[in-house]
Amino acid sequence: MKHEYDIVIVGAGLAGLRAAVEIGGDTRVAVLSKVFATRSHSGAAQGGIGAALGNEEEDHPEWHMFDTVKGSDYLGDQDAIEILTEDAPRAIYELEHLGVPFNRTREGKIAQRAFGGHTRQFGAAPVKRACYAATRTGRVILDTLWEQSLQKGVAFYDEYQILSLIIRDGQCGGVVAYELATGKLHTFHSQAVLFATGGAGKIYKTTSNAFASTGDGMAIAFRAGAPLEDMEFVQFHPTGIYKLGILISEAARGEGGILLNNDGERFMERYAPVIKDLAPRDMISRCMLEEIRAGRGIRGQDYLHLDLTHLGQAVIESKLAEIASFARTYAGADPVKDPIPVQPTCHYMMGGIATDADGRVVVDRAGTPFPGLYAAGECACVSVHGANRLGCNALLDTLVFGRRAGIEMQRYIRATGSPHRSAEPEKKDADRLRGLMESKGRERSGRIRAEMQATMMDKVSVFRVQDGLRAAVAKIKELQERYPQIAIQDKGHCFNRDLLDAIELGHMLDLAEVIILGALYREESRGAHSREDFPARDDTRFLVHTLFGYDAIRGPQIFTKPVKITRFQPQERKY
Amino acid sequence: MKCSFTVYRFDPAVDKKGRYQEYTLEAERTDKILDCLNKIRWEQDPTLAYRFSCAHGICGSDAMVINGRIELACQKLVKDFKTGNNFVIEPLPLFSVIKDLIVDMNPFFAKHRHIRPYLITAGKALAEEFLQDAAQQAVIEPALRCILCASCTAACPINRANGEYLGPAALLRAFRYIFDSRDAATDSRLVQIDSPEGVWGCKSMRWCTDVCPKGIPVTKCLGQIKRLVKQRAQGPSREPRP
Ligand SMILES: Cc1cc2nc3c(=O)[nH]c(=O)nc-3n(C[C@H](O)[C@H](O)[C@H](O)COP(=O)(O)OP(=O)(O)OC[C@H]3O[C@@H](n4cnc5c(N)ncnc54)[C@H](O)[C@@H]3O)c2cc1C
Ligand code: FES
Repeated sequence: MKHEYDIVIVGAGLAGLRAAVEIGGDTRVAVLSKVFATRSHSGAAQGGIGAALGNEEEDHPEWHMFDTVKGSDYLGDQDAIEILTEDAPRAIYELEHLGVPFNRTREGKIAQRAFGGHTRQFGAAPVKRACYAATRTGRVILDTLWEQSLQKGVAFYDEYQILSLIIRDGQCGGVVAYELATGKLHTFHSQAVLFATGGAGKIYKTTSNAFASTGDGMAIAFRAGAPLEDMEFVQFHPTGIYKLGILISEAARGEGGILLNNDGERFMERYAPVIKDLAPRDMISRCMLEEIRAGRGIRGQDYLHLDLTHLGQAVIESKLAEIASFARTYAGADPVKDPIPVQPTCHYMMGGIATDADGRVVVDRAGTPFPGLYAAGECACVSVHGANRLGCNALLDTLVFGRRAGIEMQRYIRATGSPHRSAEPEKKDADRLRGLMESKGRERSGRIRAEMQATMMDKVSVFRVQDGLRAAVAKIKELQERYPQIAIQDKGHCFNRDLLDAIELGHMLDLAEVIILGALYREESRGAHSREDFPARDDTRFLVHTLFGYDAIRGPQIFTKPVKITRFQPQERKY
Repeated sequence: MKCSFTVYRFDPAVDKKGRYQEYTLEAERTDKILDCLNKIRWEQDPTLAYRFSCAHGICGSDAMVINGRIELACQKLVKDFKTGNNFVIEPLPLFSVIKDLIVDMNPFFAKHRHIRPYLITAGKALAEEFLQDAAQQAVIEPALRCILCASCTAACPINRANGEYLGPAALLRAFRYIFDSRDAATDSRLVQIDSPEGVWGCKSMRWCTDVCPKGIPVTKCLGQIKRLVKQRAQGPSREPRP
């Protein structure tokens, strides 16, 4: 089937919906999502969203900017970070006016709490900057934006999974999508496409991400000619529930929770004397693994304790309700009485599709746009998070840059004519699906996926070293070679998960390769990328973004681009 | 340990009506029911269909009937059941089945849209936030836990008898806006649901409250709406709120 819109948005998380709210009504907009809109993983965000409102104590966007730059280990582009932090208060007030039910201070203003790496006066002490709705911040913002989009007449295509972009003469003119309920292919013609497809945590074995977080957008854009930027920077969140990876939000530590080792020692005091348990995520995850390596994991095992017992029942039930229930259900630990067993869990992709601050996908060092193609949210790399994202800045990123992408797309479609139609744009996808469905091979995607996840977890997570990375790249290449042998067992056309699993796996293998190649290239330690063989940051060689372009024959091709430094010169990063 | 799963199956391409299929698998006591379904799909039968995404009770995808009770498959562990190692898994009642455990949720969301699920304000342009008392905010807090999983509406016996009834989930969302002190459309919202298809459809059977996987006191919230509707009928309409 064929559909016509001015703008197609792929992804109904916060980034996609914020863009939809901006342009819905004036423009014919379709939002496609492979899961029903409100099931998008933005709904899982717990802790909060950062903005220097100063409702609880003095705060300034400039301090927020500094923290974000420092948190990024000086790899974030400072012009973009300035936009992010300056626009933050407006973005929050706007959400509040749209109906988001934030928690309140005594005076009735939006309440704020402390979060890792957010400080006052350029690092002097933690500051309360995270606006929140209990531990359901993502859920309530997602609901609000979805309901606003419905009101604006945005067309939703839920449970439509996009397979490819329609590109003609170098210009993007729509997408090809697979309807889950029928197995039919649909072509959506439009003048612009926004990718807001979220993260790719499922590349790793232990993750806080949803099953749907398979990096489709990044991989599809990559194959269509959009470079991926800074993919080696993968965030491991310190407090995933042991073995399961389910997130216990940093809000737990923002409210006063502490990490303990087997000796009952609050070990973060040793590593970050000033802000302790509120140090940034990359640092805490490393410290936790150091403790475990030194034999101070709980009962000598590979986890530590997150202790909230001193906070008291009232605080836990009112401000941390959701995570208390996760701990009870999944870890069998009642946080009022027991410490929660935790270990680092794959959480966030700092890298993604290279874009500028208006959501335009850019294809080279000079920032030449890919006509008609836009990206925002976790799948994009603006870059505001650099080598390590601070908590509460991801939701902010989706809102600020989702909106800016919306505004820019609207300007673009008014100034530009429709792209030429390609004939039968869905034919390639139809052939590919048929090939997969008819394959007589002996592989199962589940097996290849498990091997990929184990390899990435083992060799490409918090600590990395050259030999391990080389072995990992070889393993991923082997899996890519086995991939065409996958046979789809489900021959039906209605909710064929078997087929979709295989397609998503293909995307993840592409991304895994780029992550490892970036990690091999970057012979230094910066932010979330920690090379044991190169433990120091090396600004002379590596104060640059790494980008990979797709090349079907030679494999991913690397190039670099300078970091934009405006106000804060790189310094040693101490907390 | 060995577990047996008896799972409802229906494939629109071949089946005229639903049937049950049995699977045996090895599971840990701490496995989620969702993990077990995944194991069946990955290891034995890739054709089994069900919705899922977040795997920790936050996205609302996987409400289904487990051993006769509506639950989220990702929020219940094997050890939570006293039925030995035997499980019977069926799709949500009330809705029509598309395939296996996947039901058609369109009617559910149509009702959701009907209650005008968005804040309606007096249109005052503010540079900063609307002030809201923490206690006022706390009134709607229970409703904010809703993940639109449809468990309550599927469970509600009234809904089965009267297809026009809005049902607990949509009414709970109405509650969320009616009691939001920032909303200026309270009166018209109350008028809209002052009917047997609206809030008076609720006979306080409490099945919704019993099954809610987020522990929302749904019946109580609906009761608060009923009281407000009555007050409004008796007294002068409340001041429109800022
Ligand atoms: C457990 C958890 C807690 C978090 N807490 C916080 C927090 O407190 N504060 C904070 O700032 N950040 C937090 N984050 C990070 C933040 O939530 C995410 O980075 C952000 O929500 C991503 O939003 P998004 O709109 O980019 O993507 P998502 O919300 O992930 O949405 C992606 C969308 O793309 C769609 N999609 C993907 N592929 C396809 C395809 N092929 N075809 C069609 N549709 C597709 C999906 O269906 C979905 O609608 C948290 C993350 C996690 C996992
Ligand atoms: S999978 Fe999200 S609620 Fe169960």
